[in-house]
Amino acid sequence: MSIDRSAEMVGPATPAVTGSPTHRASLWRRLARDRFALAGGVVVVAYALVALAAPLVTRALGVDPYTYDLDALGPTGAPAGPAGGISSEHWFGVEPLTGRDLLAIVVMGSRTSLLVGLGATVVSMVVGTVLGLLAGYFGGWVDWVVARLIDVLVGLPALVFMIAIGAVAPGWFPRLLLLVLVIGLFGWSSIARVVRGQTMALRSAGFVRASRALGASPAHVLFRQVLPNLAATLVVFTTISIPGAIGAEAALSFLGVGVPPPTPSWGRSIGDAVTWFSVDPVYLIFPGLALFGITLAFNAFGDGLRDALDPRSAAPRRRKGGAR
Amino acid sequence: MTLVRFLATRLATLAFVLLAVSFLTYALFVLLPADPAQLACGRPCTPERLETARAFMGLDKSVVEQWWDFLRGVFAGRTFGSANATLTCPSPCLGYSFVRNAPVTELIVGRFPVTASIAVGAAVLWLVVGVGAGAVAAVRRGTALDRGLMIAAITGVSAPSYLVGLLGILLFGFTLDMVPVAGYVPFATSPVDWAWHLVLPWTVLALLSAAIYTRLTRSQMLEELGSPYVRTARAKGLSERRVVTRHALRNAAVPVVTLFALDLGVLLGGTVITERVFSMPGLGALLMEAVGATDVPLLVGVTVFTAALVVVANLAVDVVHGALDPRVRHGGSSR
Repeated sequence: MSIDRSAEMVGPATPAVTGSPTHRASLWRRLARDRFALAGGVVVVAYALVALAAPLVTRALGVDPYTYDLDALGPTGAPAGPAGGISSEHWFGVEPLTGRDLLAIVVMGSRTSLLVGLGATVVSMVVGTVLGLLAGYFGGWVDWVVARLIDVLVGLPALVFMIAIGAVAPGWFPRLLLLVLVIGLFGWSSIARVVRGQTMALRSAGFVRASRALGASPAHVLFRQVLPNLAATLVVFTTISIPGAIGAEAALSFLGVGVPPPTPSWGRSIGDAVTWFSVDPVYLIFPGLALFGITLAFNAFGDGLRDALDPRSAAPRRRKGGAR
Repeated sequence: MTLVRFLATRLATLAFVLLAVSFLTYALFVLLPADPAQLACGRPCTPERLETARAFMGLDKSVVEQWWDFLRGVFAGRTFGSANATLTCPSPCLGYSFVRNAPVTELIVGRFPVTASIAVGAAVLWLVVGVGAGAVAAVRRGTALDRGLMIAAITGVSAPSYLVGLLGILLFGFTLDMVPVAGYVPFATSPVDWAWHLVLPWTVLALLSAAIYTRLTRSQMLEELGSPYVRTARAKGLSERRVVTRHALRNAAVPVVTLFALDLGVLLGGTVITERVFSMPGLGALLMEAVGATDVPLLVGVTVFTAALVVVANLAVDVVHGALDPRVRHGGSSR
């Protein structure tokens, strides 16, 4: 339901600096022990495969998300028959008013969700990492500017702003790109904050000081020395940001300012279901389950990954100020 | 002294953020092609009539001048048009909706109680449930209760609020007929009906957000419970209840308060969705109506107003934060 908040969960317990091969091996062992996280990972992979092969899947099932089937509708426009028009022809039933196959819509909707989720996360990660690195490394006025940018971003009710932008954006602008940019640009503050903290801690580390003393440029130090040490943090943030971005796309589409019809979107189907769900609750259930499933899977996996990367969150100890 | 300084810094930040937010909103909406003058111009829309409409609405000026007019209007009120045809918008003027023919402030004031009722009730519920469940999970660490609460929390984080809301209406409204399925009754009309209509929205909005607080409180509590001062408190012979509530929980609350400040904007976003699901005529509904009618002044007004709410509430949280944690007052960065 929100943009930035699931990312907040990793805020306080950020992973330690990691990267050695032995560490990585024990990481996989720890992750393999966490069955809940492992199940999440498997579900994520399954969704990704379905999304990648969506046109093949719908063709194999003989359904299409754009084809109207008015014969499947009753006289009121609600699906004919019980349970939302579920039949041998339409396994998940049909969309009210149009009779489009709901299974096809749910399958193709996974593309929209994952595309916007991944795209927006990439935008937030890049912006947040770069600004966090700069602020943490250079300090001074750079840090001040980034801190004020974060203040402004936190002061904005993100969803309200996104709705307003979605409402007034010109029609020629590609809608999916708009969603990716808007959701991404509203989601980088927590990443920037954590990267800034870790960069500040690393700035005084021996290997960074040594490479500076040898005359390395700031770009080299930042991207070759500091950034690789943030890999664990970035991986966890990416995993946990994706469901947030997917939720944001669905929320905007639910409100009618996201993906326009006829492009399939789970959020928009749920939004359409609002007017129908007293007569046709099935129309709400399938897109809703699809959305809930992917979000839960990503969160479970990201959570397990965080625990695996950061043994401290499993065995708590007094934290040093790094991530503040 | 330090408290005065602390407040002064926070107030300066607040003013800065508000200015930046209002400018951003303004610039964005003026630069985008939805043109209120075009909408109000009527048909046939001759270039002269369009110009007149622009001048009347103040859209013929540059973005910065328009922003300045907007800011001045907040403090001094505004008058649109001149001579024989004028519209006045008394201060604090957040713009004038030409679509509805009403000052935006008036529209917002009419809707605000609904949103405030939803948001405040949900926030109270989510803090109590979230912090409570987190503290319980930490104290009972490793038990089935802990594991269950954590799985419930991650499920709660993942469930979209509108989905849970709709299912809630379906179950408790239509099937069990326990609560009303839609609408809002003002507190002044009937406090009982008011609360009865809000029970479901509060619960839905709160339960989902509570999940994050449960997780955060748990991890903070675990950290505090393992720290030397808690051992000292126990060694002194304090009761476990006192150690947990007075010592550990108080310290664990600090990051929770920080997160709460960050979440205020999310809360207002959540009310937009909640109002839609439960058909409540609040600010979120007003925003969606403005979207439907391409009412740009109303969009700008509502956006700036909600941003102001978030920023002011942030200040309040900062003050609480300062009271809880002396380090915040003494210049230490809390974020």
